[in-house]
Amino acid sequence: MTDLARLGAGPLRDLFARGEASAVEIVRAHLDHLGRVEPRVEAFLSVMADAAQTRAVWLDRSRSSGEPAGALAGVPVAIKDVLCVRGAPTTCGSRILEGFRPPFDATCVKSLVDAGAVILGKTNMDEFAMGSSTEHSAFKRTRNPWDLERVPGGSSGGSAAAVAAREVPLAVGTDTGGSIRQPAAFTATVGLKPTYGRVSRYGLVAFASSLDQAGPIARTVRDAAMGLSAMAGHDPRDMTSSVEPVADYIGAAEGRGREIAGLRVGVPREFFGRGLDPEVAAGVRRCHDALAARGAEIVEVSLPATDFAIAAYYLVATAEASSNLARYDGVRYGFRDPHASTLKEMYGRTRQAGFGPEVKRRIMLGTYALSAGYYDAYYLKAMRARTLIRSDFARAFEKVDVLVGPTTPTPAFRLGEKLDDPLAMYLSDIYTVTANLSGVPAMSIPCGFTKAGLPIGCQILGRYFDEPTIFSVAAALESDLNVMKQAPPLAVDD
Amino acid sequence: MKITLEEVRRIAGLAHIQSSDAGDEELELMRGQLDQVLAFVDKLNALDTRGVEPAIGVAEGMTGPLREDVPGATLAEEEALSNAPESGRGHFKVPRVIT
Repeated sequence: MTDLARLGAGPLRDLFARGEASAVEIVRAHLDHLGRVEPRVEAFLSVMADAAQTRAVWLDRSRSSGEPAGALAGVPVAIKDVLCVRGAPTTCGSRILEGFRPPFDATCVKSLVDAGAVILGKTNMDEFAMGSSTEHSAFKRTRNPWDLERVPGGSSGGSAAAVAAREVPLAVGTDTGGSIRQPAAFTATVGLKPTYGRVSRYGLVAFASSLDQAGPIARTVRDAAMGLSAMAGHDPRDMTSSVEPVADYIGAAEGRGREIAGLRVGVPREFFGRGLDPEVAAGVRRCHDALAARGAEIVEVSLPATDFAIAAYYLVATAEASSNLARYDGVRYGFRDPHASTLKEMYGRTRQAGFGPEVKRRIMLGTYALSAGYYDAYYLKAMRARTLIRSDFARAFEKVDVLVGPTTPTPAFRLGEKLDDPLAMYLSDIYTVTANLSGVPAMSIPCGFTKAGLPIGCQILGRYFDEPTIFSVAAALESDLNVMKQAPPLAVDD
Repeated sequence: MKITLEEVRRIAGLAHIQSSDAGDEELELMRGQLDQVLAFVDKLNALDTRGVEPAIGVAEGMTGPLREDVPGATLAEEEALSNAPESGRGHFKVPRVIT
């Protein structure tokens, strides 16, 4: 029998739809494999083995009775623990939400389930998605399947590690400043942050509402397209969700989209400056060469406000977070400090004990940036910088169809390396935050490995709602570079 | 120095992140880290934003359509209270408000 846990979402769905593999077999193969590698990777905060098996039985029964198979029928998926799954623990990696079981599903989770996906569990993350290494989780440290001494990236580190370690073929992450793309780059997976508004944020526990966006993490470009196809679309429950029609992402990922010949590919000069690891730079240059070989025109462009993006990002994101996280007060859900005798004391003690250090730092920074006397100098200034970052992209996309550059300045760093230096951790988001500040879609795909065997990510950014062109470029590179079939040793030897 | 220990205390009070357990050592660590980040974000001052409007709202050209103003299904009282640390008689219960 084929080892089902090595297959992607597309092949699994087809085996299931043709009746060549049952959902029960697919789920069992993944749970078995997960049981072997999970003690070393620790990607999951909760594994929903019973619920997954029950659902698999239901899917098999439904298929035998002639029901048409959904677009993701029988495909095991993992959900970042920041997205609500009805009745299942949803902690956001925080003690303050310990024990919380949402009474509803996030819309994007419901869409996956409606398409026939089977939720295998909830994945680890930096507390409230604040971090770039998943080390800020209150519960466990996830390790990079390619090198267990290194971080998987963050904040969607659990989702990326689970996909890379072959525990699931498809996972959902969220990206506020790079939290899908950076872990994808660190784990040789495909991760897409869709256009702001493309995927509903209903049921996505808010960190920074004007930046947050959910998206797929997978091992192939086509699997990522399947994930986005299921999740994209308008949702009346999210007023920032777009009515823009959902495009044919799968067709683009299969090479039936835009021709690469004649495509104008921008190389953002500011993404190749000081601090970029030479091996990462070389990996991304190979992508430019591959696209040029197919007849794309490579054009250097400038995004001058990039140098100010991290500063603007950490003011805007923390300001929004300080407001969004005001709801964790010990009244309606989650943890409450039991020793307080007054309401005010209860708030203070609950938040002091319930939040970890990084979340407190960001709430403090955001509160400061919004407080009287500092609002104009910090928050408003950052929002003006944000306008300039948007204008940079608008100007660049007049000249080019996509931008192709590095996802991160370096490959995965060591566990603990940046944990005590918040600013160093923030700076690892340098190439990713601008897509969130502007709202444009951006994807990270694996484009090679360093001499030490660490994955290198290449980032493809597109115009608003032009995910199809991103998928076309990603599919071309996937086929030309031929790096995606490699699996981390841990997933092969188990 | 961008931020003093006194300001850190005041901000912690505004954000309701405090308790008598937070010693000066923890606050000083927080002060130092915030100081470092504030010094870094000061680089924004070098950016010329004269005449630039702040980017309020979702990205340009995107407007969120309003839904019809009709009532839909809501959570049942029991469900809404099911996650509460303490509840009773259809309400969330909290410690004494007036001291």
